[in-house]
Amino acid sequence: MFLRPKASEKLAFATLRLSMALVLAFVSIIVIYITVNGYSALSLDFITQMPMKRMTQGGIYPAIMGSLMLIGLSMAFAIPLGILSAIYLNEYSTPGRASWAIEMAINNLAGTPSVVFGLFGLALFVKYFGFGASILSASLTLALLIVPVIIRASKEALMTVPQEYREASLALGVTKWQTTRKVILPAAIPGMMTGIILSVGRVAGETAPILLTGAAYFLPRIPDSVFSQFMALPYHLFVLATSGTSISQTRPIQYGTALILLLIVVMMNSIAVVIRRHYRNKLNR
Amino acid sequence: MSKNEINTNINIKDLNLWYGEKHALKDISLDIPEKSVTALIGPSGCGKSTFLRCLNRMNDLVKSCRIGGEVLVDDENIYDKDVDVVDLRKKVGMVFQKPNPFPMSIYDNIAYGPKIHGCSKSETKKRVHKALEDAALMGEVQDRLGDPAFSLSGGQQQRLCIARTLAVKPEILLFDEPCSALDPISTSKIEDLILELKKDYTIVIVTHNMQQAARISDHTAFFLHGEIIEFGRTKHIFEDPQVKSTEDYITGRFG
Repeated sequence: MFLRPKASEKLAFATLRLSMALVLAFVSIIVIYITVNGYSALSLDFITQMPMKRMTQGGIYPAIMGSLMLIGLSMAFAIPLGILSAIYLNEYSTPGRASWAIEMAINNLAGTPSVVFGLFGLALFVKYFGFGASILSASLTLALLIVPVIIRASKEALMTVPQEYREASLALGVTKWQTTRKVILPAAIPGMMTGIILSVGRVAGETAPILLTGAAYFLPRIPDSVFSQFMALPYHLFVLATSGTSISQTRPIQYGTALILLLIVVMMNSIAVVIRRHYRNKLNR
Repeated sequence: MSKNEINTNINIKDLNLWYGEKHALKDISLDIPEKSVTALIGPSGCGKSTFLRCLNRMNDLVKSCRIGGEVLVDDENIYDKDVDVVDLRKKVGMVFQKPNPFPMSIYDNIAYGPKIHGCSKSETKKRVHKALEDAALMGEVQDRLGDPAFSLSGGQQQRLCIARTLAVKPEILLFDEPCSALDPISTSKIEDLILELKKDYTIVIVTHNMQQAARISDHTAFFLHGEIIEFGRTKHIFEDPQVKSTEDYITGRFG
């Protein structure tokens, strides 16, 4: 079928707009549905108290703290590792078969199902290194899961830094590493933040890997060391919704938990956005 | 003044350079006089920029690049194994075709080199002010040193880049077509600046602009197909070229 240019332009525009509207609609429905249903469960007690009476009452404090610690610890491992690897790939390695292979491997890792990472973490961190089922094992596993995403985003960000900056700095008798640290990295940080934002959501929401490496079904206390087991929001939600003692009775708690999880991700992302804006403003100053 | 009295501090002997299979510079020998301006002219792709980048080893960044021969700077072959490229580049500064300030404030751009090379805060400040004066930029920016470098005009940015290079206290300044992205007024400011700077620095400039070479240089080398066809006092090259192709080029018959 052939349309005249003006008609096809209109059709294309309408299709694009419809796609956007659909996406927006789904996101809104999810957010509104969870908010409406979970809102009633929210209270100060809900976020500061231990679960009680076989998790049918009380709060989700240990799951909130567990998730926050998990995010913090995974990021502490994954961000330096991911950024340093990206610097190596983009600034130091010479293009060739080896770097092509490394890049293929990273892309494949980024697409590997998370349950595979979970089993790997179970074998390596829990068993082989003897960290046991712990927040350390779970964080290391999640870090491995998101490192490819961070490498990829960081490398993209480094690639967009103009070559002229590198030449200008090297021509001043500045070493490559100093150039990377003082000029290239600051210019790339806003772009790197995008990868980090994506990863925070992933770490906060992953269930399978932590289930295999350290998340507890029920543990009414805060982890006191990195070798402790922990509760986490996504697993707690899964437990309540599938294997709790009274699934329908705990519906409000389930929605409340989902809402808190959503809020934590939004909060973390907001922090990252603020950092990104800070660096962007600094660059344009 | 006879030729023998001229001191030279860059001496090139039988320099050859290949990009992969391409023989880009062929048997270049040249003695560059100190504290004067030497212009490199020639059509696009003749190797003049490549040659310029041999003098501070910026060609090291090109992986496929191989170099033979000697480049002596103050009687030291800069391609010797024990030469520290970082030290060399402190001594041989470079200003690029396109103004390339860093995404930082005007002050930080110039302070960048001295700071990294370990100057104290007060020494850095002194050097920034001296460099701004020497690059004839002080009057225009003294009230807004904290503003972003990108807020400057193209010509000002280029003078900022010159100031940034001066702050590292080089002996030699390499200019790679520094005015090709600038308007005529900015260009004449840079030219005046170069004439001023040659009192203290040895300057080598690549230019596409014949009038510019004639205006500011003391010596001129004409490059063609990776070879130096003719080298001599600028006056002689422009008024009485010895080689036919030099004459053809400067009179605009090709290029």
